[in-house]
Amino acid sequence: MDKIFTIATTEFKRLFNSPLAWSVLAILQFILTLMFLIFLDAFITDIQPATATMENPPGVTSIVLSPLYLWTGVIMLVIMPIMTMRLFAEERMNKTLTLLLSSPLSSTQIVLGKFLGIVFFILLVIAMISLIPLALTIGTTLDWGVIFTSSLGLFLLLSSFAAAGLFISSLTSQPIIAAISSFGLLLFLVVLYLSGNSQGNSSEVFIYLSHFSHYLPFLDGVFDTSDLVYYALFIVGFLILSIRKLDNDRLLG
Amino acid sequence: MSKQALIQTSALNRYYGKYHAVNDFNLTLHKGEVLGLLGPNGAGKSTTMQMLTGNIFPSSGTIQINGVDLLDNPKQAKKSIGYLPEQPPIYRDMTASEFLKYCAALHDIPKDKRQSAIDIAIERCGLGDVANKLIANLSKGYQQRVGIAQAILHQPQVVILDEPTVGLDPIQITEIRELIRELGKDHSVILSTHILPEVQAVCDRVQIIKEGSTVFSDTFEQLEQRQSAPVLLVGFESVVDENELSTLAGVKSVQLLGEARYQLNYEESPIASDVFQLSVAKGWKLNELNQQTESLEQIFMNLIHNESVASENTVEEVVKEQVAKNG
Repeated sequence: MDKIFTIATTEFKRLFNSPLAWSVLAILQFILTLMFLIFLDAFITDIQPATATMENPPGVTSIVLSPLYLWTGVIMLVIMPIMTMRLFAEERMNKTLTLLLSSPLSSTQIVLGKFLGIVFFILLVIAMISLIPLALTIGTTLDWGVIFTSSLGLFLLLSSFAAAGLFISSLTSQPIIAAISSFGLLLFLVVLYLSGNSQGNSSEVFIYLSHFSHYLPFLDGVFDTSDLVYYALFIVGFLILSIRKLDNDRLLG
Repeated sequence: MSKQALIQTSALNRYYGKYHAVNDFNLTLHKGEVLGLLGPNGAGKSTTMQMLTGNIFPSSGTIQINGVDLLDNPKQAKKSIGYLPEQPPIYRDMTASEFLKYCAALHDIPKDKRQSAIDIAIERCGLGDVANKLIANLSKGYQQRVGIAQAILHQPQVVILDEPTVGLDPIQITEIRELIRELGKDHSVILSTHILPEVQAVCDRVQIIKEGSTVFSDTFEQLEQRQSAPVLLVGFESVVDENELSTLAGVKSVQLLGEARYQLNYEESPIASDVFQLSVAKGWKLNELNQQTESLEQIFMNLIHNESVASENTVEEVVKEQVAKNG
């Protein structure tokens, strides 16, 4: 456990040794804040006056913040593959994986350490995004329950992106190929969602398999254990595949 | 066996797909020994080392490290090993001391002893001046040293170095060899290389590998004795009687090499003083009296080639060819 944590903190720190993590965080924050401004502007000028007479008008949380969290998920479809591409692919390319493989570590420790390092990054991303709703507390009251479930949902969604990216990174020694393939996989799940929802041939199975169908309830403040189980299975599944891949490399590579 | 075997392998085999990279390979490493693994490119040296360090698993065979089976109990066994692969596994975006700190944690060094272990490794590898520089900014030689520091950090009983001097300048090579000799005092070392003088300079014992199998494994003296060429080269002012030369004790045949130079092929080790005495007795003017010993280079080449050429191609013949070429 100690060593998992050692690998995780080192991986996390190393992310910030290159400009990549810094620029990702900066750009993400910039774009999301801009979107927040647009959503908020629309809410104040159009939606709020129009719905003011309703008995139970939709609040700022569901009109402004939920789309913000949804968009974060969409943007991270592109960003997470870039963050995870290096995990194993770059180590293979630079032949540094040997360091971990010849240290007294199990493949499980290596994989979990790397995954946890990315999870730290995800927590940082969520912490920074959470600053945006905090800005609203100056002028209004928020539905903290929804913000909490949204953050939880985002955490699970991004962790599942990371697990898939980690696995794909373990398959190749080219970071770029890892990034493109993980992006392809994640996009494929989005396409499943779209095709499952398309008119005429909607499919419950496709919707169930896709990421976003399990993310959306969180944004409405609904915490469903079946969604939690979906993400847990997804993450554990890909982590086990990565561990198997590392073990297999020693056997066949 | 009085000495304890630190590494003991039996009948290691390794396939890459259908390619048989290592074939029934055996290796024994004793305490305090510097073993040189020697072989041409693609002989299976790196594969062997990767197997010994648990980076890849052998297709068959067993590896015992310090009495612990590497395949059954890899975590325990790996604690006794420090490994520097061909390309040092260093994170270029960290400083040398940060990197070593990370390695210390990975290698189970207790927290309170980490700093002193790092200091010792930095001092032994001469990294004091560059410890706080980014590894990416270090020269190749220093990067190599960081790699060695990483391998000896946890005071392993066995240090395995894969071609540690490749790509270094002559001064760096000398320094690294010095360091390896130093390491040989309190660690056992396995060193792979295709550079002979290197093995000669630092190793106690040599194991020559060819196409995945051992073709020779013994000490250097043995290697030299085994194939020192029993040949004398003599040169005179003017042409002398070959028959006189061939009557000398132990001479098998005499060969004229040109301009009053002869090659005396002996059954066993040549006796130079006889030739000298004969020349004095006959009043020949002796210009040259040269005991032809094969360089290790040649011995190595013979070992590598003899196997692939027909086996009846004896050492003498090989030597003759070479002498003819050189002469």
